[in-house]
Amino acid sequence: MSELVKRNASELVELLQSGEVTSVELTQAFLDRIEKLNPLLNSFLHVNTKEALATAAEVDRKRAAGEKLPKLAGLPIAVKDNLTTTDAPTTAGSKILEGWIPQYDATVVKLLREEMMPILGKTNLDEFAMGSSTEFSAYGPSRNPWDTDRIPGGSGGGSSSAVAGFLAPLAIGSDTGGSIRFPAAVTGTVGVKPTYGAVSRYGLIALASSLDQIGPVARNVLDAALLSDVITGYDKHDSTSLPESLGSMVEAAKSGSLKGVRVGVIKELSGEGFQPGVKALFNESLELMVKAGAEIVEVSCPSFEYAIAAYYLILPAEASSNLAKFDSVRFGMRVTPEGNPTIERVMAATREAGFGPEVKRRIILGTYALSSGYYDAYYGSAQKVRTLIQRDFAAAFEKADVLVSPTAPTTAFKFGEKLEDPLAMYLNDIATIPANLAGTPGISIPNGLASEDGLPSGIQLLAPAREDKRLYAIGAALEALQEDVWGKRMIDFAPEVKAGA
Amino acid sequence: MNYELALEKFEVVIGLEVHVELNTNTKMFCGCRNDFGDEPNTNVCPICIGLPGSLPAVNRKAVESSIAIGLALGCEIAPNGRFSRKNYFYPDLAKNFQTSQYDEPIAFEGTIDIEVPSGAVYTVDIERAHMEEDAGKLTHIGGNTGRIQGAEYSLVDYNRAGVPLVEIVTKPVFGAGAEAPELAAAYVRSIREIVKALGVSDARMERGNVRCDANVSIRPHGQEKLGTRTETKNVNSLRSIERTVRYEIQRQAHILANGGTITQETRHWHEDRGITSAGRPKSDADDYRYFPEPDLVPVQPSKELIEQIRASLPEKPADRRKRLQGEWSFSDLEFRDVVNSGFLDELEETVAKGAKPQAARKWWTGEIARLANADGKDVSDLSITPSDVAELATLVESGKINDRIGREVLQAVLEGAGNPAKIVADRGLEVVSDDGALMAAIDEALAKQPDVLEKIREGKLQAAGSVIGAVMQAMNGQADAGRVRELIIERANA
Repeated sequence: MSELVKRNASELVELLQSGEVTSVELTQAFLDRIEKLNPLLNSFLHVNTKEALATAAEVDRKRAAGEKLPKLAGLPIAVKDNLTTTDAPTTAGSKILEGWIPQYDATVVKLLREEMMPILGKTNLDEFAMGSSTEFSAYGPSRNPWDTDRIPGGSGGGSSSAVAGFLAPLAIGSDTGGSIRFPAAVTGTVGVKPTYGAVSRYGLIALASSLDQIGPVARNVLDAALLSDVITGYDKHDSTSLPESLGSMVEAAKSGSLKGVRVGVIKELSGEGFQPGVKALFNESLELMVKAGAEIVEVSCPSFEYAIAAYYLILPAEASSNLAKFDSVRFGMRVTPEGNPTIERVMAATREAGFGPEVKRRIILGTYALSSGYYDAYYGSAQKVRTLIQRDFAAAFEKADVLVSPTAPTTAFKFGEKLEDPLAMYLNDIATIPANLAGTPGISIPNGLASEDGLPSGIQLLAPAREDKRLYAIGAALEALQEDVWGKRMIDFAPEVKAGA
Repeated sequence: MNYELALEKFEVVIGLEVHVELNTNTKMFCGCRNDFGDEPNTNVCPICIGLPGSLPAVNRKAVESSIAIGLALGCEIAPNGRFSRKNYFYPDLAKNFQTSQYDEPIAFEGTIDIEVPSGAVYTVDIERAHMEEDAGKLTHIGGNTGRIQGAEYSLVDYNRAGVPLVEIVTKPVFGAGAEAPELAAAYVRSIREIVKALGVSDARMERGNVRCDANVSIRPHGQEKLGTRTETKNVNSLRSIERTVRYEIQRQAHILANGGTITQETRHWHEDRGITSAGRPKSDADDYRYFPEPDLVPVQPSKELIEQIRASLPEKPADRRKRLQGEWSFSDLEFRDVVNSGFLDELEETVAKGAKPQAARKWWTGEIARLANADGKDVSDLSITPSDVAELATLVESGKINDRIGREVLQAVLEGAGNPAKIVADRGLEVVSDDGALMAAIDEALAKQPDVLEKIREGKLQAAGSVIGAVMQAMNGQADAGRVRELIIERANA
């Protein structure tokens, strides 16, 4: 295996720019590794070999001709399979979309193409991004490269296992309640959920429109920043996208410091229910930050207690409506029942066969929550909680520049461990959900291996809306401190994945 | 039940929902052409056919048009209006929810004065005017109802999906009594006039640019509680609206008078049979699971924009009517006749094209209205333009043709034979203005009625009538009867 694939994206960009490596060589190296390991890891649902190599060759040709190229031109990337791509099937992890090739590219995909980044393929996810483990993917779970008997997190477990397993240097994820950050934490990678509206959602198959946000999946903070600068920006096709620029995340990542930074520890997310090893690593990170000149303050966010409850009303409510379009009429699967079926029966049979159990569970929950007579008690109350959480954040950011917590209560769990217990599964997102409800940005950075199982853990940094730069600046500073302690990158501790294991 | 008896026993309450299709260049939430008459499914994109991942973006022009409608109806404009999702499954609804305004319409609380044919004026309160998107158009093939039930298969044209609509909803209208049907039609006519004057809609009812749902309920006089209402959907001409309301009043009165109860339901109007029939049951609790559309930010028109639109509003229809009546010197009766016939716009244009107002009025409210009624057609169905009528009136005015030939020419225009001047020329209908030819015919007639000249000389001018008749017959009607009379009198006095 080529060591090339293990290099950081920022280094690969330099190698490409200097001509030491061609994009075809680099892309082929990742494609080789995908060919070898994807049968085991199931990170990719579709590999775009031909198209990726064509883009790579085009970049090499232009570079050889001395043409001006975008910064990341030639650097391969993986895209979560809930973003539309005209040259690859897009399934959102669901049988109902099996074989569907979209008629249009998502805005983010268009931006990647403009940047001339070869798209390696489409990564696995829980069906319609509903899940924390990829066990709800209709195409089988992805595996965690650290321990292939364990989940890679979800919903974006395909992207996290691809990046952690060196099948791709970067990946695109989407985060509705932690689907970028949780997988990052359990695979020793970096994942960012930007401020709501920072990245266009046009072409992202919606789970919950008011919570979904696309963001980068990478092996370190600078790499995430490189990708962020490509995909961030206003899009007239997404009314909720932010018109103003949030600045360069690469510059922020390069200029980070912890000196004088007020780091707020969220009282409600710093103790109970967290795995002891995860808690210990979190405390070590705090100590490191203090040594680097940060000031730790405790903040209280009392409404976070209601975050999961509110989230599991808002998300299913919006999802039940967003998923109504999957009715067999215009695209996707069509199941025609026996006899002389009416359109209603065709729609029902298609949805019965096409949706998996978690999707059905949430559609039923959401339909109920929006029903007349229940709307105020459920959806209405949940929206009020959302406002309270935003107020908690506002108050906390009076006292602190960033807030921190462990990204997830535990390290990666084993397949099947929480499958039969939806509530236990939902609790994985306890620390990540508040940022989605408030529309604020968050990042998960690896902060060590838990003592009890030797598996990676992550620390989450949260910033006020539109202050994404803080996450990259402070995150990069913390990452540098930790790598100094470890003497290498966290990902370098990962055992080599053995094909056929 | 007999209409008069129904009104004796019951009070009528109506409510009208009018959908106005805006004539913006593009659809409500995407950049597709707003032109659903094109080849099916050509004006579509990932947004209006609801492909996964697509998102809506609000058409600014549609918002401005909606504000204009709101202001013209005297409404308040919401500084912060939201869209909601109305969730229900139907194959013409690409996303299986309609993006519409629910609890925060762009315009609310307006009023409009409506004059009915009797001259009475009623104030109709507007509850709201809100923006929404149209659905696709379904065509059901097979079966014999034309409905989805029983069809072998159905075709969907999504060209109409996402076309911007403004729905204008009245508050319940009380107190119109026997004039409720006329008021309903006059109200819709006013809405049509307003949106046409604003230039925000093509306002052609026969094309569905303006569609009306008519709610009717009745209750015994003196009863406070409103009766159960029915909603007759998509009534598409002014005449049908009037007939629908009248029919529903009688139908409901018949049921109640016989101890029955009214079912809350939607109904369909059948123009051919002049009746309504039951559609689907409708309850106030129809559960559309409305919730605010999370893919759109609120519509927040600035005060400046609202005032700018207000300042550019055209003349109000009532003011315009007052002005035109003055300009044309029509009596109240004459003018009401024009308004009620629905030819006001046409008449104004005809006058603008050079016809005298009285002549234009006589053509439109007389012969044209008669022909339209005879065919059971709406004004706008007729293939005659104000230019044609102006030309016709000018031909008669100048004496080139007479009234009778004029009517013949009109019939020919309606049959598609071309414009009046062409028809007159093609068919050689111009009156014989050659006095020599007329004199020859007069002399021939006089030879058969030798006593006529004597009678005229005695002052019995009406005696000329029989000669005129004979001459007109001889000339195939293509003579100016007035001129013939003059020539006969000349001859008598020679």
